[in-house]
Amino acid sequence: MSADGRTRTLDTMIEVKGLTRTYGGYTAVDDISFRTRPGSVTGFLGPNGAGKTTAMRIMVGLTAATRGEATIGGHRYHDIVNPGRHVGVLLDAGAQHAGRTGREILSLGARIMGLPVSRVDEMLDLVSLDDDEAKRKLRNYSLGMKQRLGIAHALLGDPEVLVLDEPANGLDPAGIRWMRDLLRGYARRGGTVLLSSHLLHEVELVADDLVLIGRGRIVASGDRESLASTDAASTLARARDNDELAAALAREGITAVPEGAGLRVSASTADVSRVSVQHSVILTDLRSGAKGLEDLFLDLTSSAQREGAAAPGSLAALSTSNGSPR
Amino acid sequence: MTSTRTDHQLLPRLDVASTPRIRFSRLVSVELRKAVDTRAGRWLVAAILAITAASMLLFYAIGDDADRTFPDFIGFAAQPQMFLLPVLGILLITSEWSQRTALVTFTLAPSRSTVIGAKVVAAMLLALLAFAGALLLAGLATLVAGRDDGFDGVSVAVLLLFLAVQLLGVLQGVAFGLLWLSTPAAIVTFFVLPTASTLVFTTVPALGDLAPWLDLQTAQSPLVNGDFTLTWEQLARIGVTALVWVVLPFVAGWLRVMRAEIK
Repeated sequence: MSADGRTRTLDTMIEVKGLTRTYGGYTAVDDISFRTRPGSVTGFLGPNGAGKTTAMRIMVGLTAATRGEATIGGHRYHDIVNPGRHVGVLLDAGAQHAGRTGREILSLGARIMGLPVSRVDEMLDLVSLDDDEAKRKLRNYSLGMKQRLGIAHALLGDPEVLVLDEPANGLDPAGIRWMRDLLRGYARRGGTVLLSSHLLHEVELVADDLVLIGRGRIVASGDRESLASTDAASTLARARDNDELAAALAREGITAVPEGAGLRVSASTADVSRVSVQHSVILTDLRSGAKGLEDLFLDLTSSAQREGAAAPGSLAALSTSNGSPR
Repeated sequence: MTSTRTDHQLLPRLDVASTPRIRFSRLVSVELRKAVDTRAGRWLVAAILAITAASMLLFYAIGDDADRTFPDFIGFAAQPQMFLLPVLGILLITSEWSQRTALVTFTLAPSRSTVIGAKVVAAMLLALLAFAGALLLAGLATLVAGRDDGFDGVSVAVLLLFLAVQLLGVLQGVAFGLLWLSTPAAIVTFFVLPTASTLVFTTVPALGDLAPWLDLQTAQSPLVNGDFTLTWEQLARIGVTALVWVVLPFVAGWLRVMRAEIK
């Protein structure tokens, strides 16, 4: 690997470089690049049809890339010996024989990987599928149970890396929390997780890093905090007399525009508070007007959908626009 | 992470050197298990065994005393097997697509050729098992109800030839499965195309000479009629038709799977 001059640092587990996949004239995945760190959870976010699944299928060798490459731990997936022992994959929890029992599905996987049968019981325990449920056929499973079984299957080989496509799909709130705790614990023990979702709230609490994808292109990536705090200098404030507050702010050279029942102020909450104290304006509400990840997610992905190719560096441009009422 | 690492340890993070490889025999055993761990699979295998036994009983009931010899018993039992065993071969391939298990199979074992190889071997083993069962039943039937000289004229060469044709049929099933990756399409073409071919070759006079070389049933007809003393030319015809009906579809299907996007 080092012979061709590429260096790979210790803190990269999955590396995606210039990955592109076209189908005729349609580009499903368009030159995407990102890295994931060991001991962290990376959320792969994008609306349906954004190219998440195609990208993940390329990573595990089920789909050929048109250009670019993806490596896991320095290897192309195809070159990983007995890959189930290193990379746990869940692409579609429903992609199992409907006539097999949950236990049988895990047993087949364990057999291919050369694992003892006891591992099957351990995994069933881990995902809280009891004996009775494990004996049921997959066609009688709820979507949530299928997802649990899929997670169990991905974890069978005690892998260092997890690649999960929409694992929270179909889970109830308790299930989502369970999965969050499981993945957090897994990452804390040094594991690397890449999980995709089209729902921000499923991943924003568990992911350390986020990769946002829209229309096959990466529109933003980075750790959660830096993505969320791109718009810190915006505050929503409400005073007993809004006009009085606006006048006070204007005297300090701070602009404010009416929004809802209050004002949107182009300053930090601390600045607004200072002005209100100095000018003896009584505030009834003061909070950060920074747009949340959700607004960011919607903005970025919808602009990618509308315009086709939002430049990855368009964060700043987007953050200046006012949050429209939802 | 606290220990100092040498340069080469800095590179690929996943240490795959000490990971036990997936042995081919393990893949074959998994494929065999997959063939019988669903209700559909179990029924098909049970049906093959039951129909083999039933056809011998039927033959005993309707056959003349003079025909109750070992080759006749086994020839009669082989007919339904020749129909059903290829279906087993087809399903071994196509169920991966109809049930979408290919996603998991090829994720755990990324070498598609190896997986196909394991499926071929598994299909062959199942066919061998069915053949052995037919031999056993035919042997018993001949001992219990056959003529005294019922085993005359039986030779290993004849049995091997018989088995070879059986295995060829199963391989053809696997090939059609690979070619279509769809159960209905594979089954329909498996049964319809050879019959259509026979129809065309026997009704179009200009093709009459080619029939034994290109038409599966014409080439194999001596065997089906119980004539096991084949000339070299007859053997060559079976070989050529096998090339056309088994090898070509197999190679085309294999190429298709190698290129296919597994969804």
